[in-house]
Amino acid sequence: MKEEFRIISNLIEENTRVLDVGCGNGDLMKFLQENKTKDIRGLEISKKKVQNCLSKGLTVIEGNAESDLKQFPKSSFDYVILSQTLQAFLNPELVINELLKVGKKVIVTIPNFGYWRVRLQLLFKGTMPVTENLPHEWYNTPNLHMCTIKDFYNFCSSKNIKIFKSIALKKSRISEINKSNLNYKNLDSHLGIFLIES
Amino acid sequence: MNKNIDTKKIIISNPLKLDCGKEINNFPIAYETYGELNSEKSNAILVFHALTGDQYVSGKNPITNKDGWWSYVVGENKPIDTNKFFVICANVIGGCMGSYGPSTINESTGKQIGTDFPIITINDMVNAQYELIKYLEIEKLFAVVGGSMGGMQVLQFVANFPDKAKLAIPIACTSSHSAQNIAFNELGRQAIMADSKWENGFYSNYKLNPDKGLAVARMAAHITYLSEKGLQEKFGRKLQDRDSLRYGFEADFQIESYLRYQGSVFVDRFDANSYLYITRAMDYFDLSKQYKGNLSDAFKETKTKFFVISFTSDWLYPTSENREIVIALNSIGADVGFVEIESDKGHDSFLLDVPSFLKTLGDYINSTYKVINERRI
Repeated sequence: MKEEFRIISNLIEENTRVLDVGCGNGDLMKFLQENKTKDIRGLEISKKKVQNCLSKGLTVIEGNAESDLKQFPKSSFDYVILSQTLQAFLNPELVINELLKVGKKVIVTIPNFGYWRVRLQLLFKGTMPVTENLPHEWYNTPNLHMCTIKDFYNFCSSKNIKIFKSIALKKSRISEINKSNLNYKNLDSHLGIFLIES
Repeated sequence: MNKNIDTKKIIISNPLKLDCGKEINNFPIAYETYGELNSEKSNAILVFHALTGDQYVSGKNPITNKDGWWSYVVGENKPIDTNKFFVICANVIGGCMGSYGPSTINESTGKQIGTDFPIITINDMVNAQYELIKYLEIEKLFAVVGGSMGGMQVLQFVANFPDKAKLAIPIACTSSHSAQNIAFNELGRQAIMADSKWENGFYSNYKLNPDKGLAVARMAAHITYLSEKGLQEKFGRKLQDRDSLRYGFEADFQIESYLRYQGSVFVDRFDANSYLYITRAMDYFDLSKQYKGNLSDAFKETKTKFFVISFTSDWLYPTSENREIVIALNSIGADVGFVEIESDKGHDSFLLDVPSFLKTLGDYINSTYKVINERRI
C-alpha cells in the first residue's frame, strides 16, 4: 500500500488541488496531505468510511463517483486519483470520462488481473483467483470489471487518452511500462499506475 | 413570556434595515455564552437555534428547568467541548426569550407589540446576531453551527459575512423552504389564528393566550420531526393507561397522549405570535433566489470550510435538499464535506442521542480546529 502511495505522491506536484475518488478511510489523503498538498478532497460511497475520514478532519463527501462527479466543474482539480477502484464500477468507461473532465490530470491504479500469480490460479486451480491484492471470493467480490495492465493500456490508446506515465509495481519493485515491455510487465506486476490526460 | 428571568441582553442601537422595508433600532438581543474566549479570540463558535429553540444551548435552561436544547452536542467534554470552545447562542429576533419579538413590551403603550411586530426573515435574524458578534469584539469566529432553521442561518451568515467564520456546519436544513415545509407551517399558523383567543395577535391586551391553537400547531409540527419507523417502534398502537379502547375521544393511544403532552408543555414556554413570525421567516427563506437563482453565488466570496450533515430518516429536510447545498458548493470548488447519518429518529436526530452523529461532529470539529491552528503557526 505504502509503495503505491509513494508512487502516486511522486506523480503529483506540490501545493496542487487533488481529489481522491473512492478515498476509503482516507489513508492516501492523509499521506498526501502530509507530503504534498493541503488542498485535497475525497469522495467515498461508504457512510462508515466517510465518517472515519471526517473524524480525521479530512474533507470528504459521501457520494457515488458514477453519479456525483458531475457536480464538480470541468478541470476543477489538478489531479484526480482513482486508486484500485475502477474495477468496482458498473460503468468504468463512464467514470474514466468523468474523471478526465473534472481533473486536469488523472491517476488511475489498477490491480493487475494479468499478474502471473492470478493467471496461474485460474489456469491450474480452475477457480477464480484470490490473492493478497484481490482477497474476495467470486460470490462476494465488489470487483465487477477486472482488467489487466495491458487492457487499460490498450483502452487508453483506443480512446485517445494520453498516457503521461505508466508504472508497474511488483512487491516494492518499481519499473516503467512502455510499448515494448508491456507484455512482460503485464505478466510480472501486481499493480499498474497510470498518469493520464484527455 | 417569562419576563422575570434575568437573561443576558444587549441593546442594539445601530438601525437594522429589515427585508420587509421597515427599520428597527434600540432593540434587545438576548444571548448566552458557555466556556471562555481565549486570548487570541480564535475559539468562538456561534450556534444558531431552530424554530422553537432559545439561547440556552447547554446546562440547565433557567426557564424550563430542563437541559439546554443541545446538551448532547454542547457542554463540557461534549462534541463541542466548552472546556475548549467559547460558545455563543442568541435568541433570534422574533423569538420570545428576551430578544426583540412580538411579546416585547412597547414602552410607549406599555403593551406587547403583538402583530404590529414587523415580518422578519432569516436574513434579518442573522444580521441582528452579527451585531452581537461585533459587541463581543470577535473578529473571526472559528465556526458557525446550527440544525434545521439554525442551519439556514448558518448558510445565510456565510453568504452575508463571507470572511467571518472559518468553518460552517449546516445540519438537517435546506437552502430553500419547500412547498411541503411551507404547508406544514401554514397548518400551524392557521391553528393558532383559528383560536378565538388569538384576537388578531393582541391576546395579551385581553390577558388571553391562544394556547389550544398553539398546542395543535406544536402537535402537528412534532409529527414532522419524527419518522414513521420511529413512531411505530416507540408507540405502535399501544394504549395509554388502559387495557381496552374507551369508545370516545380521550387519548386512548399512547401516541395521542404523547402529542397532547408535547403540545401542553410547549404553550408554557412559547409565545404564539413568535411561532407565527418565525415560521414565516422560514417559509420566506430562499437563499438561491436572493442570488438570482444561483445558490453557488451565495458562497462565491467565501473561503469558509463547510461540513453539511443530513439524516436518513429526515423527511422534513431530506438528504436531497442538503445535497443541493453540497452541489452548489462543489460547483464553485468550495471546501465542503458531507455525510448522511443513519438514524431512525427523523428530523429531530440532530437534537438527540445519535452516537455516530455526535462522534463524527465532535471529531470533525476538533481535528479541524487543530489543523487550522497548526496552519496558522
